[in-house]
Amino acid sequence: MSIRDKAYIVGIYEHPTRLATDKTVPQLHAEVLAGALADSGLSKDDIDGYFCASGDTPGLGPLSMIDYLGLKLKHMDSTDVGGTSYIHQVNHAAMAIALGKCSVALITLAGRPRAEGMATGTAPRPPAVPMPESGFEFPYAPATANMYAMAAMRHMHQYGTTSEQLAWVKVAASHHAQHNPHAMLRDVVTVEEVVNSPMIADPLHRLDCCVISDGGGALILAKPEIAKSLKRPPVKIRGAAEASKNQMGGKVDLTYSGALWSGPRAFEEAGVKPADIKYASIYDSFTITVVMQLEDLGFCEKGQGGRFVSDGNLISGTGKLPFNTDGGGLCNNHPSNRGGITKVIEAVRQLRGEAHPAVQVKNCDLALAHGTGGSLGTRHGSSTVILERE
Amino acid sequence: MSDAKERKITAPAVNPETEHFWDAAAQGKLLYKKCTACGEPHFYPRTHCPFCFSDKTEWQEASGRGTVYTYSVMRRAPVPYCIAYVTLAEGPTMMTNIVDCDLDKVQIGQAVRLVFKPTDGGPPVPMFTPA
Repeated sequence: MSIRDKAYIVGIYEHPTRLATDKTVPQLHAEVLAGALADSGLSKDDIDGYFCASGDTPGLGPLSMIDYLGLKLKHMDSTDVGGTSYIHQVNHAAMAIALGKCSVALITLAGRPRAEGMATGTAPRPPAVPMPESGFEFPYAPATANMYAMAAMRHMHQYGTTSEQLAWVKVAASHHAQHNPHAMLRDVVTVEEVVNSPMIADPLHRLDCCVISDGGGALILAKPEIAKSLKRPPVKIRGAAEASKNQMGGKVDLTYSGALWSGPRAFEEAGVKPADIKYASIYDSFTITVVMQLEDLGFCEKGQGGRFVSDGNLISGTGKLPFNTDGGGLCNNHPSNRGGITKVIEAVRQLRGEAHPAVQVKNCDLALAHGTGGSLGTRHGSSTVILERE
Repeated sequence: MSDAKERKITAPAVNPETEHFWDAAAQGKLLYKKCTACGEPHFYPRTHCPFCFSDKTEWQEASGRGTVYTYSVMRRAPVPYCIAYVTLAEGPTMMTNIVDCDLDKVQIGQAVRLVFKPTDGGPPVPMFTPA
């Protein structure tokens, strides 16, 4: 049994706001749902499956949002593995559709960390309920930035990766973001500007870090019969897989991510290879995240990620692997500190031929979206999906 | 240097599974767990071995010697501090802070030794300083 060709992405919407001072989180969920419905041509009553992440949806799991949005469902799932949850949920929604548990599946994300003034990446955020590792970690002040920084530091030590190589990830993202009127940061930056920006957590500079923004996004998936009755260009799920990686009982190895496991399984299900991918959305919480995931997904050899991303290789039109053509989390948007949904949205835009003309990949018929949620430095979820334009 | 003295250290959450660890910490001892079924040491300590899932896990005292696996100095904090993973001489790698030294000179592979630092209302926590 496989999800291959069993489900299609038929509706997408990215909220244009980046600062939602005057809106509530549930309201943002409603607005992205409305946007995705309009994009798909479906109505709310068509939705019979709802997939969210308990970390950004207010209430117990999905229950408050189902109530607030007035959904009538046959299937629901609120799995939370951090910022990549929404890529995870593409897999879960496709599975539910393939099994006939639902026919039209909605995925939403929304949040307003910027309006709330969160020190998202530089202050520890211990949860209300202690975790088994809490006593062995929070005294040491793990934040988000220094956890990813420890992975970067080890990668540099082991493979000779440089700050200049990491900077190329941000440079490529900025080249794309200049064309996105909604992007938070639209100025094209240079390698020098990245490595000369203030140090946040060695070796990561300010411009190695993603933005803090409000907003959200929605995806609607449907079974093939419904997808083919709609007017939007059909984008089908060819393969998807997930994994989680952690400290492994003290056998800590920060040089790779769970993409090493989710990537090959997704490629196997899709029946394609990394070299077949025309466009890749790669979760860019930090520049190092992109480098490690590209290696683990097989776009280059382990340890060669720094060289692979250099000299504009990720820039659409000039590089071999155009990535994050919306500007990604580094420049465009990282709503609710979670960049998974925008990764899928931009991949669908590329496959539909609806990306900005300046960054649209020619003949883009096969795309990948991959994310890391949680922390590269401790424990994280990894999700890979491979999408195809029919 | 006095970074650990100036930075308020969050007290660790103590629970029935880790009480013994923190009692030992109060006496200046760093413990880890070793499984008597499969022989593997692990960290952070838990009742069931994360490798073979046996509940025959025993407390062991670490020598306090280790090396820096990786680290990062958080600059965007009221007092910059160095978070790290240190690989103990006994095998497991643990999250910690490197303290009482010039944080700009910390290096991967550096030999370090155990020290304990007081926390804000809880037992002291194990940290490391250059050996």
